[in-house]
Amino acid sequence: MERVGVFVCHCGSNIGSVVDCAKVAEELRNYPNVVHSVDYKYMCSEPGQNLIKEAVKEHNLNRVVVCSCSPRMHENTFRACVAQAGLNPYMFEMANIREHCSWVHAGHNEEATAKAIDLAKMAVAKVCKNKELKKGHSPVTKRALVVGGGIAGIQAALDIANNGYQVDILERTPSIGGKMAQIDKTFPTIDCSACILTPRMVEASSHPNIKLITFAELEKVEGYVGNFDVTIRSKARSVDMSKCTGCGTCMTKCPGKADDEFNMNLQKRPAIYTPFPQAIPNKPVIDRESCLKFKSRKDGKDVCGICAKVCPAGAIDYEQEDEIFVEHYGAIVMATGYDQFDHSVYGEYGYGKYPDVISGLHFERLVNASGPTMGHIVRPSDHKEPKTVVMVKCVGSRDPEHGKSYCSRTCCMYSAKQATLIRDHCPDTKVYIFYMDVRTPGKGYDEFYNRTREEYGVEYIRGRVSKIYQDGEQLIVKGEDSLLGRPVEILADMVILADAMIPQNDAAKMAQIVGIGYDNDGWFTEAHAKLGPVETHTAGIFLAGACQGPKDIPDTVAQAGAAAVKVCGLLSKDQLETDPCTSEIDPALCAGCGHCVGVCPYKAISLETIEERKAGKTISRQVAKVNASLCQGCGACTVTCRSSAANLNHFTNAQILAEVDALCQTIL
Amino acid sequence: MEYAYYPGCSLDSTGIEFNLSTKAVAKAFGIQLVEIPDWNCCGASAAHSTSHWLGLSLPARNLAIAEAAGLDVAIPCAACYARSKRAEVEVCKSEETRAKIEEIIGRPYKGESKARALLDIFHRDLGVYTDKNALKKPLAGLKVVTYYGCLMVRPVDTGFDDPEDPISLDEIMTALGAEVVPWGFKTECCGASLTACRPEVGFPMTEKILDAAKKSGADCIVTACPMCMANLDMRQDQIGKAKNVHYDLPVYYFTELLGVALNMNNKELGIPRHFVPAEALVNKIGQAKTTEGGEA
Repeated sequence: MERVGVFVCHCGSNIGSVVDCAKVAEELRNYPNVVHSVDYKYMCSEPGQNLIKEAVKEHNLNRVVVCSCSPRMHENTFRACVAQAGLNPYMFEMANIREHCSWVHAGHNEEATAKAIDLAKMAVAKVCKNKELKKGHSPVTKRALVVGGGIAGIQAALDIANNGYQVDILERTPSIGGKMAQIDKTFPTIDCSACILTPRMVEASSHPNIKLITFAELEKVEGYVGNFDVTIRSKARSVDMSKCTGCGTCMTKCPGKADDEFNMNLQKRPAIYTPFPQAIPNKPVIDRESCLKFKSRKDGKDVCGICAKVCPAGAIDYEQEDEIFVEHYGAIVMATGYDQFDHSVYGEYGYGKYPDVISGLHFERLVNASGPTMGHIVRPSDHKEPKTVVMVKCVGSRDPEHGKSYCSRTCCMYSAKQATLIRDHCPDTKVYIFYMDVRTPGKGYDEFYNRTREEYGVEYIRGRVSKIYQDGEQLIVKGEDSLLGRPVEILADMVILADAMIPQNDAAKMAQIVGIGYDNDGWFTEAHAKLGPVETHTAGIFLAGACQGPKDIPDTVAQAGAAAVKVCGLLSKDQLETDPCTSEIDPALCAGCGHCVGVCPYKAISLETIEERKAGKTISRQVAKVNASLCQGCGACTVTCRSSAANLNHFTNAQILAEVDALCQTIL
Repeated sequence: MEYAYYPGCSLDSTGIEFNLSTKAVAKAFGIQLVEIPDWNCCGASAAHSTSHWLGLSLPARNLAIAEAAGLDVAIPCAACYARSKRAEVEVCKSEETRAKIEEIIGRPYKGESKARALLDIFHRDLGVYTDKNALKKPLAGLKVVTYYGCLMVRPVDTGFDDPEDPISLDEIMTALGAEVVPWGFKTECCGASLTACRPEVGFPMTEKILDAAKKSGADCIVTACPMCMANLDMRQDQIGKAKNVHYDLPVYYFTELLGVALNMNNKELGIPRHFVPAEALVNKIGQAKTTEGGEA
């Protein structure tokens, strides 16, 4: 016999000022199966919870409905309360009469009260069909994977490792270091980027708990929180890592040439290379696209082989192949970073045609002592020192027409930093910065910006650049000074465009591989913008750094630390509780059509063959089966299933229909 | 190929060479241009700054007449094109706009008759630049800068070419055998009517374009807009004199140069009508190689 208690919460004035809570309680008192119904100011408060516990005892309730806020807010609170009262926590339902009612129907009190009554009746109808459910348990693999070896990945790995857990860093390029390794100086303190990064890189590579897997790609992620099976493709380096001593002879003798990506293609590098001198591991790889030997093999020849001849350790292995292996992890941190927007979509800035119109990252390499110009600021076209430099901010940012609608957050500061570097290196060079707004909300940032203007004499012009064109050896930059309300024209030697931060070009594919969400732009989606900034909607997968959205180094390092704490919290458990609200498939009803297999976003459903007796014969047929550990309870299979064989525990077809019936009775 | 033809006001007056050369060249290529009967002013500059609906309705009426004949409209003038295209785009975008405009002009216009810039027609429909046989007198040795002006390719939803770096005129000129000299002023504003009503603003705009064209080393400027032509050609002497510079930069409509390449008579094309003497330059073309050079 169902004995339901209904508890209507005022939530102070949040609900009470719109919904007549006493009336809701009154109406429900006469509803079938309801034996007790009251309202109270704050149901989630301790006295409120005690009210529920006492009512369960006094009225011998076996089911509880609380009409209050969203289950996201307080479902766990009330489930715990009901459990303390001696009931199964799943014999509880919540009717959301705040977000779904009072907040959206303010000023329509009567209708809102009627709606709240309907919502409460639906919850009562459902709770009467609820079954006692028990949480399951799953083991935890005490090892983490960090995807991406930039500063975010390195920091997250170090923090996890220092807490005593094993962690692997998976990096797709030949070395860890990421974008920070390409940057010359860091704002607002102008300390050398490599000087603060390389000690962390060394620490990561020599840490007993950290394993580096470089030049490797993430192929597949299977499993679930605590038990991920990750398939990794280790790309053929063509160099035997166990033999190579990193002496570098091969690189100096290699006759092959390729664009040097690390130096933004401002110079060439050999075909066998490490991306930069402080690379870790400091062992080269052969870029087979530009290697003379591999190129000649395509034409049926076999030439060169100089690197193998000069290698004193015999480490060159032309026959090496990609290796695919599976590793097991309990948690994954995504730290795949960002990419730089390509300004060549801007016709007004010359479609990328003018050699002396460069991006911010190009400039970092130009000004870096180990860069192609040994740190001398010169124009790419003729290697002359520029006497006038114009910088343009918000290139691709805050411009949905050409690029992205968001602010990239870092450009105001890196433009200011680069301007001061130019003034330091070339005191006679004039620097102009075109800006829309100056956004410097970080510690010491606004002070830096003011120094850039006041001490370094960098001229800020508020307005957009409408056109850049080549005029002989120089560039004419036309724009508007919107403070003076006047067009301006600057004869410049070099233009630096503050290109936006955008997601890696394969971010969406990566998100699909690991099974996490991403937004319209391709940034990975956090579980909650405010209260879950490093978690994702997939349990056990966390975010660090710019893969979640544009971020500077301080924010990236902070987020990496936060992700690491979440990972350690997870790995510290021996067992994980699993949610019983998972799907089940009734084999007697299942026709084996397999539609549910296709719609399941968690790959939790598979087809299996069963044998059964039918009309005196043994036949075998296919039916779908749910792996409860993988199932996240989304319900996609239940709405897809044509024969209603799929049923989501706690949200069964019978429960949902009971709610619909309850609602329709009022309407009819 | 048949088009309704909308000459607009300037092709009867300041831009008469554009009219003459367009008709001559179109005939040579077998394009039938049927002038829209009882056409009215497109309303450029004045109408749309006075009334949104007047600005749309004036060109819509011309389009409606062409639509009744089942023809798209060929429009040489950049301003006429921009205004007509705007009307077409707005009518296609919203049923409400269409109904209101139909009520104002008192006839149906469904947006089926399309406004087409003459430059676009020559570039896209005819593929003139690939037909080497038609060219009796390729423009070998002629160095040109292409000048589209600001209205032809902008804004993006009414323009037909790249709004920042258009190439249709470049491709036609290259196909005719001319050398297209790169410069940064393809789409800069010439000042339009400001040279008349606010010369202190308008003249420097035209002056910059002339300076840049001279600096580029080109022999002449090629355009597709009668307003641009008026400023660059008619004002050239005045601007040059003020700063003691002799530009000597003939300005041609692309249709004139098409005619020259087809070895047509200068007079037929309207070339002797220019303010900056324009005959000598085209007469030089092909003289070294062939005896049948242009008419004197």
